[in-house]
Amino acid sequence: MPKDSPSDHGGIGASPKRREDVRFLSGSGNYTDDINLRGQAYVHFLRSDMAHGRINGLDLSEAEEMPGVLRIFTGEDFKTAGSIPCGWQVTDRFGQPMQEPRHPILAETHVRHVGDPIAAIVAETLNQARDAAEAIIPDIEELPAVVDMQAALEDGAPKVHEDLTSNLCFDWGFVEDNKQAVDDAIRNATHVTTVNLINNRLVPNAMEPRVAIGDYNRGTGDYTLYTTSQNPHVIRLLMGAFVLNIPEHKLRVVAPDVGGGFGSKIYHYAEEAFCTFAAKALNRPVKWTCTRSEAFLSDAQGRDHVTKIELALDKDNNFTAVRTSTLANMGAYLSTFAPSIPTWLHGTLMAGNYKTPLVYVNVRAVFTNTIPVDAYRGAGRPEATYQLERVIDQAARELGVDPIALRRQNFVTEFPYQTPVAVEYDSGDFNRLIDKLEAQADLDGFDARRKKSESNGKLRGLGINCFIEACGIAPSNLVGQLGARAGLYESATVRVNATGGITVMTGSHSHGQGHETAFPQVVADMIGIDANMIEIVHGDTANTPMGMGTYGSRSIAVGGSAMVRATEKIIAKAKKIAGHMMEASDEDIELKDGKFTVAGTDKSLAWGDVTLAAYVPHNYPLDEVEPGLEETAFYDPNNFTYPAGAYACEVEVDPETGKVTIEKFTTADDFGNVVNPMIVDGQVHGGVAQGIGQAMLENCIYDADGQLLSASYMDYCMPRADDLPFIVVDHTNGTPCTHNPLGVKGCGEAGAIGSPPTVVNAVIDALQSGGHKVEHIDMPVTPVRVWAAMQDA
Amino acid sequence: MYSFEIERPATVEEAVKALRIEEAMPLAGGQTLIPTLKQRLAMPSVLVSLSGISAIRGICTDDAGRLCIGAGTTHAEIRDGASGFAGLSEMAANVGDPAVRNRGTIGGSLANNDPSACYPAAVLGSGATVMTDRREIAADDFFQGMFDTALEENEIITEVRFPVPSKSGYSKFEQPASRFALVGAFVAKFTDGVRVAITGASESGVFRWREAEEALAANFDAASIKNLSVPAEGMIGDLHGTPEYRAHLVAVMTRRAVRDAK
Repeated sequence: MPKDSPSDHGGIGASPKRREDVRFLSGSGNYTDDINLRGQAYVHFLRSDMAHGRINGLDLSEAEEMPGVLRIFTGEDFKTAGSIPCGWQVTDRFGQPMQEPRHPILAETHVRHVGDPIAAIVAETLNQARDAAEAIIPDIEELPAVVDMQAALEDGAPKVHEDLTSNLCFDWGFVEDNKQAVDDAIRNATHVTTVNLINNRLVPNAMEPRVAIGDYNRGTGDYTLYTTSQNPHVIRLLMGAFVLNIPEHKLRVVAPDVGGGFGSKIYHYAEEAFCTFAAKALNRPVKWTCTRSEAFLSDAQGRDHVTKIELALDKDNNFTAVRTSTLANMGAYLSTFAPSIPTWLHGTLMAGNYKTPLVYVNVRAVFTNTIPVDAYRGAGRPEATYQLERVIDQAARELGVDPIALRRQNFVTEFPYQTPVAVEYDSGDFNRLIDKLEAQADLDGFDARRKKSESNGKLRGLGINCFIEACGIAPSNLVGQLGARAGLYESATVRVNATGGITVMTGSHSHGQGHETAFPQVVADMIGIDANMIEIVHGDTANTPMGMGTYGSRSIAVGGSAMVRATEKIIAKAKKIAGHMMEASDEDIELKDGKFTVAGTDKSLAWGDVTLAAYVPHNYPLDEVEPGLEETAFYDPNNFTYPAGAYACEVEVDPETGKVTIEKFTTADDFGNVVNPMIVDGQVHGGVAQGIGQAMLENCIYDADGQLLSASYMDYCMPRADDLPFIVVDHTNGTPCTHNPLGVKGCGEAGAIGSPPTVVNAVIDALQSGGHKVEHIDMPVTPVRVWAAMQDA
Repeated sequence: MYSFEIERPATVEEAVKALRIEEAMPLAGGQTLIPTLKQRLAMPSVLVSLSGISAIRGICTDDAGRLCIGAGTTHAEIRDGASGFAGLSEMAANVGDPAVRNRGTIGGSLANNDPSACYPAAVLGSGATVMTDRREIAADDFFQGMFDTALEENEIITEVRFPVPSKSGYSKFEQPASRFALVGAFVAKFTDGVRVAITGASESGVFRWREAEEALAANFDAASIKNLSVPAEGMIGDLHGTPEYRAHLVAVMTRRAVRDAK
């Protein structure tokens, strides 16, 4: 029976439950650690317990004699291997390339952060490897560590890399040609609001720690790496071409079920290269499973910006200029995409939702003796949004105007809109979002709720935030100009099987996003067949086309578009076959609800009749059309997508203890078109939870010697269910993206980008309502910080 | 985790004997010891599990009306079984998470004497008596500073005897990450006086706030201590709270414990 509406066959707009959850929730997932290869050995990394030191020697003699030890590797073994590569080169204000230090697989002459791997012990069992690690006697001379970014830039500061000229990675200005005009505008402004703030460093904490298994086939010379990655093709390229010199056709990278990434599993890590290398050296599979404690010391961390932002306004409260100055922590080495985060993913968003004509962003990226920093959910865009929305809130307070009215007055209202920071917004309707927010969050009822809180001895605050982000990363030619050393297209192969079922091989990778459910909905919608006839294959370079993976809210926008293009090719070919079978021109063939018809006749063929003919081509136009029904497309976007949102948060502050509780959280998002509303709801919930974590709970702290103080869940506070309110989600006011075939914008990061300033604005509002002249509290707004701020004001 | 042997004695006597083995360690609920072992921060030769000793598990009332709780009794069991002692029951109900409450024991917590644990406040704040395999120790003598107690080598807590106050309460301000007490205040009102014990705050571990006890003995009302405070000196300062903040919370939490005492 033909189906009438998309939801009947689970197409676009339907919310079928996530099919992958059946295996995840029943314990039948296949995570990397579930893979055990015959004869596998185990590696344990001996990691530095000091933040900076010179390696004078490692006495391995006792350790090498320990039971079960197969071999102990040190930096010496990797002298000929490449550096762990950085995938993005930033050019500084003066036209010079960034300073780019070597990043060895195992430390060579120095250790540069706590957790820097010094030696790798491979043994028959993990416990034997750990025992042997304790028998290694390292002779490491401790050197002074630099942790604070400002101190790292001072003359005479200890250098993280002695072969570099300083700890400054780059000094970037954007748009450099606007600098003078921005300075002038700020000097001539009627009012300038300044906020100094810190965007706190975060530890990513995917539920599944990283795992890598290297395997080598002596008979064929083929390598296989099983790894917890968001982008197996990228790992294959980076590790094969730049580190181990293995051509792609001899290297397979498999990223099976992956339990969350949030950015931390984008990067190529030393442990992956090690296991691949050691598998050949030992002719045995080598497995590494990261512990949670080790993850705190070895996963790239997020954020860590120190910023001064100034907002200039004219006498009518129009924004005339924004100027920012940021120190961005790179950590001790450049992780894969680290330099792009504080620059192109941050500076390009500094116009926000506003028609500020002049923007200048200065970023100095700094090496310190800390764990490397890279993209973490939102990556640069939370940092941009946070400072901009904090300074706007503060400006409204200083000027005595309503913070929503001030935002509305300065909104971009006409699209496309060319910002002064390179990007062009294709679509949006910020007023409609905030209209929806005002209604949905019942902002009219806030005063009554505040009175009620006050009657219970609590201070209540309302925080508003508007944001825009650049997602769907990204046009390859553009990012190439900006320093990317890779393209950022996505790919899909649509394989229609003889009896009509479809296998889609995608370069995107699902590690929590629900692609296995949402992607089939798109193909189902285009053909008009049940979504359950379509299966997604991802995560293995051996059976998926070259793709760039999943991050930056790009999968449905870029990967989904590639799938659309490939499906369009399928439909075009299928129409030719159907036309031949029904003796009609393919231009007259229509495909609807899984049925081919000849326009204006009652002739029809079922989807399966045509797919079968493609593989059993008896009655078939063989002179015009090849048999088979399989097409591949690579999609390279024309522009970023620009999801936007308006969020509201209400908090209560206990004035006696400084404890903040979130009472109400409301979102209104523009994700363009939405494929699976239920999954999108979940993405917003998760993003908001992470943003609330950053705003209120999470803080990665080093002491002055570079020791990580927040090194476990005893001190690093992850958000828990009872820290979170019921989150009201809305994404019904989308304005479709104008340049991709689905009109989608992406939803993965919005919650994490939009929520931190919303929370902080609410806390400040609450304190102000209690007569405390507190203008800013750095995140996380912990009880002690709120209490201390109240004592001072 | 390093390898170790495990012994499962059925009686206290057998346990004490097993603990004489060199590098042996007692294992109660394991909520601190097991994570420590997993971090390779302890290397016992033998773990002597106390969980099979039925004699040290359970709750009863003795002839003097004291609530006698076996050392191997879990937090969840105390939450449910100490209903006549509101402060203790409520405290137990909010230790850790359900997994901790179903495994962790009162004896294990007391023997460990974590400066941020809740039980030391309840035991000191109610003037309980700690019974061991060889003697009884008054609460005032038992706690001797952070992670330090009056227990001798291989001495096993068998029971804790709590006098039941007419009113009691426990108010905890949680350290956000660990959810141990950043500051916890236990108050207990008896016919002959009031006891106030503070955990989480002091570098010397759990302590009695005598000034508050005296004020509350005169009038068991939060208002009677509203002008009292403790000095910040000697309070713990860490990522989650300055000494000043902890000193401030001592007063706030004590007032709340009194206000909510049942």
